[in-house]
Amino acid sequence: MTHSNAVGEWLDIGPVDQIAPGHARTLPVRGGEEIAIFHTLDNQFYALVNACPHKRGPLSQGIVHGSVVTCPLHSWNISLKTGHALGNDEGCVPTIPLKLDAGRIFLLREAVLGKKAA
Amino acid sequence: MEFHDGIDPVANGGDDMIVPSADVRQHLVVVGNGMAGCRAVEELLARDAGRYRVTIFGAEPHVNYNRIMLSPVLAGEKDFEDIVINDRAWYADNGIELIAGEPVAAIDRAAKTVTSLSGRTVGYDKLLIATGSDPFIIPVPGKDLPGVISFRDMKDVDMMLAAAARGGDAVVIGGGLLGLEAAHGLTLRGMKVTVIHLMPTLMERQLDEAAGWLLKTALEGRGQTILTGADTAEIYGDGKVEGVRLKDGTQIPASLVVMAVGIRPSVALAREAGLDVGRGIKVDDHMVTSDPDVLAVGECVEHDGNVYGLVAPLWDMCRSLADGLTDRHTGYKGSVTSTKLKVAGLDVFSAGDFSGGEGCEDIVLRDASRGVYKRVVVRNDRIVGAVLYGDTTDGSWYFELLKKGEDISAIRDLLIFGQAYAALGASGGGALDPKAAVAALSDDAEICGCNGVSKGQVVACIAAGNGSLDAVRGSCKASASCGSCTGLVETLLALTLGDDVQSGPKTLCKCTSFTHDDVRREIVAQGIRSIPEAMHKLHWSTPDGCASCRPALNYYLLCALPGDYVDDQQSRFVNERMHANIQKDGTYSVVPRMWGGLTNPRELRAIADVVEKYNAPMVKVTGGQRLDIFGIRKEDLPAVWADLNAAGMVSGHAYGKSLRTVKTCVGSEWCRFGTQDSTGLGVKTERMTWGSWMPHKFKIAVSGCPRNCAEATIKDFGVVCVDSGYELHVGGNGGIHIRATDLLCKVATEQEALDYCAAFIQLYREEARYLERTAPWIERVGVDYVKQRIVEDEAGREALRSRFLYSQSFSQEDPWARRAAGDEAELHQHLAEVRPLETVA
Repeated sequence: MTHSNAVGEWLDIGPVDQIAPGHARTLPVRGGEEIAIFHTLDNQFYALVNACPHKRGPLSQGIVHGSVVTCPLHSWNISLKTGHALGNDEGCVPTIPLKLDAGRIFLLREAVLGKKAA
Repeated sequence: MEFHDGIDPVANGGDDMIVPSADVRQHLVVVGNGMAGCRAVEELLARDAGRYRVTIFGAEPHVNYNRIMLSPVLAGEKDFEDIVINDRAWYADNGIELIAGEPVAAIDRAAKTVTSLSGRTVGYDKLLIATGSDPFIIPVPGKDLPGVISFRDMKDVDMMLAAAARGGDAVVIGGGLLGLEAAHGLTLRGMKVTVIHLMPTLMERQLDEAAGWLLKTALEGRGQTILTGADTAEIYGDGKVEGVRLKDGTQIPASLVVMAVGIRPSVALAREAGLDVGRGIKVDDHMVTSDPDVLAVGECVEHDGNVYGLVAPLWDMCRSLADGLTDRHTGYKGSVTSTKLKVAGLDVFSAGDFSGGEGCEDIVLRDASRGVYKRVVVRNDRIVGAVLYGDTTDGSWYFELLKKGEDISAIRDLLIFGQAYAALGASGGGALDPKAAVAALSDDAEICGCNGVSKGQVVACIAAGNGSLDAVRGSCKASASCGSCTGLVETLLALTLGDDVQSGPKTLCKCTSFTHDDVRREIVAQGIRSIPEAMHKLHWSTPDGCASCRPALNYYLLCALPGDYVDDQQSRFVNERMHANIQKDGTYSVVPRMWGGLTNPRELRAIADVVEKYNAPMVKVTGGQRLDIFGIRKEDLPAVWADLNAAGMVSGHAYGKSLRTVKTCVGSEWCRFGTQDSTGLGVKTERMTWGSWMPHKFKIAVSGCPRNCAEATIKDFGVVCVDSGYELHVGGNGGIHIRATDLLCKVATEQEALDYCAAFIQLYREEARYLERTAPWIERVGVDYVKQRIVEDEAGREALRSRFLYSQSFSQEDPWARRAAGDEAELHQHLAEVRPLETVA
């Protein structure tokens, strides 16, 4: 599906109930980085590039606790709010600005496409 | 037409007619006779009573009443008269014309008039839209059947009361505040109520998981059935409501269905009038819409991107609006909201941002016996959020600290105990240090309520040589039960011994002060049935645990409650959730089960076909005597499994903390050295044990003679066949630390070998710590202990065996088949795909 009909600079990703609490879903971007969208157990939504800063593990497949995801490959803990690795690990994965409106998820278009495509 | 604006008063004059002098004041027309509309008028009257002539349209045939109080009316605690805010006399005294029971149908901004549904047109100078919210109706079949109602106004309450008078079953769709209040009222009125909630937690917008779980438990205690994670498929009935069907097929009979899934700002009128509308009617800081003569206030507006559904912001908005209309222009700056509610008589409170995250620290207090949960979220020494359940006394205090952004570092240690305690600490000067506060306690002060241990007794116990938490627990029992006084005991240890405190056994993770063994014991002793319940009753310090404790708790509960516990997929490591092994590039490998390492042309063909069809870059023979297909994308997994299922193969559980494989040699059927049918026994063993969840992975092998070609002596459970029977070996490991097995015993028959195997696995399942292989477990407890339980205690062995087989009766369902049939498809599908125009073109 294309998003040529997106309002302004926000891309409509669809209704919030597509992602159950504690789950994450993925959004491949043609010509860009795959994005993971998280719905935490306390009902917050976050979007990050779906690659751990360590060895590019798919964060969407990790265990979500609080506002942290634990990478499935080597158990780095990544903050969903900032994309930073927590604890003694160092690294950062880009976050994608996300907003909810009328029960739908929107991502900032330029962040989704990355600087190259924007 | 009752009023005309802009009439020239002179034109009304006449020598022989008595005409009331036309009102030359500006005419304010209010659309909406609810809480916002009337409050705005009240604020206006308080500032400048004579300035505007006021007309109010109300859709309901009532005077202005307090909508929040509909719940007590439903519950029978109040009558309609009790909840009226402004009676008819108020309208008359203030010269307000009320046109009740007439919804406004249209606004003509060019002509500056509004027209009601019945055709009455009234002109305005200033128009105030206060249409509030509309209940959201989920678009399921049957939503329009008689007997399906919302919970928004007095008419809905009357319908609920009529239904309750007939008795029977009611279903409330929506486990938010409104839905729970409706359910409570209907329960009190004698109906049997089921609440259906889409989310896994009740009131998830106001409460975190822990508080939501407490609320659910309390409501269930009052006889309501609460179904969370339940998705409504349809409302069925012939001519009237007969019940609700969920997407999982469950049918719940009901003569009344209350839909309370949420509200939406009521913006239709404003949108048709061409006003700027987003989620709500867009207003500036003075509640003025895109038309300078049209204002809007309350739940129907969107201010600075925010829409509010609570009453407190509405008061702020009405003040700013009235200031603006009387040329004061203070401006509304948005509201920080808090929710302090009594839901069905239970106290809950939440404020601010309790989602946690970077730089946020949680201060959590759980008192299971009192049913109290408090959580304050702190960032940079300032409160940013709070959730309280059971005791909301300090909600307003936390909210004040939050709104003012006060630095709480000085009272941080006492913050969670509330205002009174924090003030006590502050007034006591040095007592702010919790250590000093504990030091100041008298010797007869009670430390452990569960076991009635005083401070003097704990100190004496420590002085007698018990230098660790565990030693204190073992000796005087302080903190040995619920654990909530652990912090106090630790402080006493530090005060008494200084640096000589011995660190206790390793806790399960940083979220708890309990060890693995403590947690397992308490899960059974307290009859704990879910992860949130375990975290609450065992005083977890984090709201929903971490990647270490969630899988451990999930396993312990699964082991303790076979067939009963609902596995929490989100507490499982990716491989167990995806039923395949994740690889470094994010693809998966798939290993179908080959019983005892045996296969046939049909299976091999199916595997070959899968490899070609899905372009698997590699197939490998594993050490466990089966084939591993690499490079499968998560989207393709269900289709791969369907193809393998079609050839009769099931999941090999190569990904799980579970029985992996049973390795065999060819045995007496082919081998010239073989003593017994090792292949056959291997297949039987695998048939008995497959699908079982364990503390860690578990490997079995059966060798047909002491040459041991199946390498049975480095397996978790190994059988070496000899002429006279079967040697049973346990606790081997071929990993980083190679460990040869210990000989458990020798048995004479195949059936005994199987029985001992089942008993040994169950002992390991029940007593080893999560992520502890059999080798370190046996080194910890000693092989003699295992022999005593399995070999010497015949009745115990039989009990272990039957518990294992009972548990297996629930676990031997192929997880691949369910996924292949479409279960949990969202785990495998992308949400969508973005194809930027640039690259598409």
